[in-house]
Amino acid sequence: MELKERIQQVIADEPVTLFMKGTPQMIMCGNSLRALEALRQAGAPVTTVDILPDPAIRQELSAVSGWPTIPQVFIRGELIGGADITEELAESGELEQKLADALGLDYRNGRAEKTVELA
Amino acid sequence: MERLESLLRAAFPDARELAVTDRTGTGDHFQVVVASPLFAGLSLVDQHRLVYDALAEPLADGTIHELRIKTKGSE
Repeated sequence: MELKERIQQVIADEPVTLFMKGTPQMIMCGNSLRALEALRQAGAPVTTVDILPDPAIRQELSAVSGWPTIPQVFIRGELIGGADITEELAESGELEQKLADALGLDYRNGRAEKTVELA
Repeated sequence: MERLESLLRAAFPDARELAVTDRTGTGDHFQVVVASPLFAGLSLVDQHRLVYDALAEPLADGTIHELRIKTKGSE
């Protein structure tokens, strides 16, 4: 499968996807950390994708999403935004609302964090 | 910083508030705050897209290494 299709598939299939620099075990960017912490605070079942192993991931991702920067957060296929928006929505409580709307009220009881490798 | 500010001024001529801060003093990590009537009715994603569009050039040429955005619509 083409890289672009694999990116689209992850975005569509995973409940919550965070494209980030690094992994939760080794975060390579402060903004990726901010987005991850905001998602954790809201109890989101996060799937992380490291964009650093291959520059093509970032290029294809931005082509798919129309969003120029990393991190990028998606809930059930919908672009939520980068670190600033994710933080802002977490603080206002809207992130939890979006998660409950998209994934059901018991979304916090979903599975643990997960990592998908594209490269 | 002046370049970013003039690009934003051009894109948001009616901005009630417009600020660019060099967050780290290194000329590549910026915080921008824009309050504009153009944001009214738009989602945060679309509001930030307008800011990215305005700053497409410095984002593409590497002037901006990191950008934090705070947008405000109608109060």
